[in-house]
Amino acid sequence: MRAQARFQGALLILAAALIIGVALIASAQDGAQQEAPATPSFPPPTEGQYRHTPPTLDELPEGPLADSILRGWEIFNETQKFKGVYTYSDMTCASCHMGEGAVEFAAPVWPAATTLPAYRGKNWRVNSLEDRISDCFAYSMNGVAPAMGSDDMTALVAYHTWMAQGAPMGEGNIYGRGYGTLPEAELEPDYARGQTVFENNCAVCHGADGQGQRVGEEVVFPPLWGDGSYNWGAGMTRIPTAAAFIYNNMPLGQPHFLSQQEAWDVALFMNSHERPQDPRYTGDVAETREKHSNFHSLTMYGQEVNGVVLGDHDNTGAKPFLRPDTLLFEPPPPAED
Amino acid sequence: MKHHQYFALVAGLLFALALTWGLAQEGSGGPAEGAELGAQIAQQGTPGGAAPCMACHGAEGAGIQGTPFPRLAGLDFQYIVKQLRDFQEGNRTDPTMTPMAMGLQPNEVEAVAAYFSQQSPPPLPTDQDAAQVAAGRLIAERGIWGMYVPACSSCHGPAGAGVGHTFPALAGQNAAYTVKQFQNWRTDARHNDALGMMQAVVDRMNDEQIAAVAAYYQSLGAAGTGSE
Repeated sequence: MRAQARFQGALLILAAALIIGVALIASAQDGAQQEAPATPSFPPPTEGQYRHTPPTLDELPEGPLADSILRGWEIFNETQKFKGVYTYSDMTCASCHMGEGAVEFAAPVWPAATTLPAYRGKNWRVNSLEDRISDCFAYSMNGVAPAMGSDDMTALVAYHTWMAQGAPMGEGNIYGRGYGTLPEAELEPDYARGQTVFENNCAVCHGADGQGQRVGEEVVFPPLWGDGSYNWGAGMTRIPTAAAFIYNNMPLGQPHFLSQQEAWDVALFMNSHERPQDPRYTGDVAETREKHSNFHSLTMYGQEVNGVVLGDHDNTGAKPFLRPDTLLFEPPPPAED
Repeated sequence: MKHHQYFALVAGLLFALALTWGLAQEGSGGPAEGAELGAQIAQQGTPGGAAPCMACHGAEGAGIQGTPFPRLAGLDFQYIVKQLRDFQEGNRTDPTMTPMAMGLQPNEVEAVAAYFSQQSPPPLPTDQDAAQVAAGRLIAERGIWGMYVPACSSCHGPAGAGVGHTFPALAGQNAAYTVKQFQNWRTDARHNDALGMMQAVVDRMNDEQIAAVAAYYQSLGAAGTGSE
């Protein structure tokens, strides 16, 4: 009897030692996990590509310039404070320019400060940095930019230029610029497949109806279509742009969560919904699409989806006008043939 | 044994009666009806073996400073229901909480969720270090994009208010509990987050950053009411 009890005691000790051992190994593995953080892996820069790390706000020296840069930061990252002034949408600049406009493959904004002025096919003119910012407000924000020469426009310019500190002027071969480019979709992007991708992966944040989510009046997840979203002139309406954005940035913090095909499909689905009118609207959707075919050949604007022609309306969302005075473009160049 | 079964039968009958009465009064089902049963469970536990919730979660779910147990007061009803079901189904495991969740019937899950979602006891005392709270606030509101960590507020809402039924309120949450959840996601003891969004970021943050974020959210006082 006593021998048996001793044997049981030894077994117990052995079991306890085993448990402790396993626990120690497990905690050692935890430690190892922490040493090798799983940040998303993007393809490395190609040879000759310039890579820039924007300075942070902590590095700002004090003074009037810093105040202007911080004002620019505020307009850029807290754009909803300016609803009814600079934007009539529920979007924030940082909704699409992730990480305060500093993140690679998330449309970092500092390259605008080192590559402009330059000719842009979107409006057939040479654009300054101010012109480019103005376009963002007119289209993506469905609003109107701070006036040229105003303190707020200068603040936005100052913010862009601050982030470009140290980057070479005129260097166009920039790593992580825009959202990157996806190879062409293997299968033709498809609305029904896109809807499934949306329901399984996007609706949890952006809502089953794509209208985003708020806390009280504050927008937390922006609407993907409808009156509060970007208008039909926004770069994000182009399917390849949206697909690259989604693939490299969504869900938040998890680039490459979706397959490239899923990104193409859900980009088509998202951009096959109504949104405020293109500020370049001539009064006729087919004519507008044709006039800006260099842009709209990549969008669903003027196309029939589920029996309805998209963009065939006068709805400008909450914005009480169609075209902001700041929006300039030259007449289209004569056809080449 | 027999005594136990008798108690369950009586409790069941009482609940059926209460439910009938509630339906007659309100005319529709909803979280409000279960709150009374929830209050009872919080104080007395369940016949199925769940201990009184308040023993670990504090009176009215206020949380207890110095423990790793969460403040439940003011959390979203559906969020609490999901967590309890996830404990029951093993999507979330905890040596203390899993057996408690197993002791809840489906109606009891909804009852305690209804009760705690409606409480608003005073916040936990905060004795956090001001510098740590400030560091946590920076991460919470701006993220650590150099490590690809988005701002916590981009999902959990402004000032930790919580968003919808999926993203819980963090304002006033017991910091020790928040820190423990990061550990649980790391070890996979918890893997019930939408699209693995938390699991994706936990390995990108060091212990100091996690402690700072947790301290910041506790310092915000009472939990937000969540979004409509």
